[in-house]
Amino acid sequence: MSGASLATGGVPAAATYHRPGSIRRERRWALIGAYAALAVFVVFFLLPPIYMVITSLKSSAEIADLDGNPWLVSQPTLSNYWELLTEGNFLLHFRNSIIVTAFVVSITMVISVLAAFSLSRMRFWGSGVLATGVFLTYLVPETLLFIPLFQIIGGIGMYNNLWAMVLIYPTLTVPFCTWIMIGYFSSIPKELDEAALIDGANHFQMLWKIFIPVALPGILAATIFAFTVSWAQFLYPMAFLVSSDQMVLTTGIISDLVRGDTFAWGKIMAGAIMAALPPLLVYAFLMDYYIAGLTAGATKG
Amino acid sequence: MAQVSIRRIVKEYEGGVQAVKGIDLEIADHEFVVLVGPSGCGKSTTLRMIAGLEEITSGDIAIGGTVVNDIPPRDRDIAMVFQNYALYPHMTVFENMAFGLTLRRFPKEEIRRRVDNAARILDIAPLLERKPKALSGGQRQRVAMGRAIVRDPKVFLFDEPLSNLDAKLRVQMRTEIKKVHQTVRTTTVYVTHDQVEAMTLADRVVVMNHGVIEQVGPPTELYHRPTTKFVAGFIGSPAMNFIPARLMDGGAAMNVVLADGITLPVPEERGRRYAAHAGREVLFGIRPEHLTEIRPNDHRPHLASFQAVPEVVEPMGMETLLHFWLQGHEVCARVEPTTPAEPGRPLPLAADMSQMHLIDPGTERVL
Repeated sequence: MSGASLATGGVPAAATYHRPGSIRRERRWALIGAYAALAVFVVFFLLPPIYMVITSLKSSAEIADLDGNPWLVSQPTLSNYWELLTEGNFLLHFRNSIIVTAFVVSITMVISVLAAFSLSRMRFWGSGVLATGVFLTYLVPETLLFIPLFQIIGGIGMYNNLWAMVLIYPTLTVPFCTWIMIGYFSSIPKELDEAALIDGANHFQMLWKIFIPVALPGILAATIFAFTVSWAQFLYPMAFLVSSDQMVLTTGIISDLVRGDTFAWGKIMAGAIMAALPPLLVYAFLMDYYIAGLTAGATKG
Repeated sequence: MAQVSIRRIVKEYEGGVQAVKGIDLEIADHEFVVLVGPSGCGKSTTLRMIAGLEEITSGDIAIGGTVVNDIPPRDRDIAMVFQNYALYPHMTVFENMAFGLTLRRFPKEEIRRRVDNAARILDIAPLLERKPKALSGGQRQRVAMGRAIVRDPKVFLFDEPLSNLDAKLRVQMRTEIKKVHQTVRTTTVYVTHDQVEAMTLADRVVVMNHGVIEQVGPPTELYHRPTTKFVAGFIGSPAMNFIPARLMDGGAAMNVVLADGITLPVPEERGRRYAAHAGREVLFGIRPEHLTEIRPNDHRPHLASFQAVPEVVEPMGMETLLHFWLQGHEVCARVEPTTPAEPGRPLPLAADMSQMHLIDPGTERVL
């Protein structure tokens, strides 16, 4: 209906002279336009993954065959997947990725929820400057940071150590997550914490029983962000991890499956698809909840 | 249950702006006190200082004999109802009302009993399992009150609780609040900018302006014996008319003489009160309800008649408001709906001089 009211709202004088059914017709054309635009979008973004799936189902010989149609599979095989799961370090990299991501997400959420709560609610000297400072740190690109970080990590003897990632990733995730959450916490009416204060809550209870449940959509958004960043992080593990047993998926796949100028395309594609599964599951699972939370908070008053 | 003592409290914000300029107020046990005034008069700040949500710059606040200046809100044993209800959106009505008791580790049965009792008083028992977003404005307001009642605190604080409701519901909830207070008898401090709410609810009304108390008293006293021009103009609707005049000593009696020659006799018993001001400029204040049509066989003493030409006639049903000009000042009169009033047609009106006030234009104090 909003499409229709928008369409008529633009020409209030002419609305009186609309022929019967013209609003419905306008709405139909708006829908057709929207579908056409979305279709282009979907094709553009789904083609690469489809090509990945097709390639992952081919044997090396079929991939190398220049005569066949690259979009078709003549002899589908799961051998790429099977070999990845049974030989080499793929499972180890997977496990490493899960460990790093789980720790990074937990650490990030604890730090940024606490930081956002104090920065948005407990007015103290310099809290405004600090809030802006947090955001500014996020603007420093990681490509600039990894050189000094290399010195620090080397200095504390954590070069080529998986746990160094747990230490470094939060420098990327915490500022942004804190920033998202400051926005969310600030949108919670001040009277809500005053009511909680009078009801007898201390600051920790206020955070735990009021702020976190009320800001859950924001917290989930931040969690998704932290998860995505640490799961897909490439530069830092590339710079700091050298031996295969310490590597995470992003670097593990290319270092183990690219030997000199030999690319095991089938396995690379199979590995990439399996690596993409966890984010897919997280998005699918959290997104429903996330949207439900968003719309529940939207109808205020 | 307790009395609240406010002694010379001052609230000064950064930059030296004083929101509250050293006020004194004693609120008795069980009393319903309403702080009323225009926005920015310091009434909400005063309430928030009682609640502990605002720090006190200087002075003392005592609840039940204990000075609470440095006691956090949770230990002051108060409950507050906010203008926007401030219900916890993720909790059911029951959980909202029980929250304060749960934090204080009350036994489950006791919480259940208290919530059920409050729900019965407020008529919200069927709503206990709903979330706030599934409630109407009036229901939310009831839940907010329920959250205060279950705590059985020493003092209830209300911060403009009816401002978000529509006119009809506001009247209904006003009655509801009065009923609740008659049932639970908890000492109550209520802030509003609506003088009708103040008059109807309060045992005593505190009129505030520019961070100071203008006058404290029972509603009828404020209405009949205002001490300042501000209170005289603020209490009562439509507001009191103020017309510049001169007080003349006419020998046997004094007269209020308006510039265009209208002479209104001052009741004899007030003669002594005004003697010192004879011959001076004054503001003549009279409420619209004391400017009426001339009724046949009207035996009210101290009626003074004069001619007025209504510019606007507003029939309200139970009464009709007439607006006319006297000496360049718009004046409102309240007449019976049967009065044949028409814009532009002169009409004799009667001023009930026993209800008038004279105000010193310099000090703005009622003489």
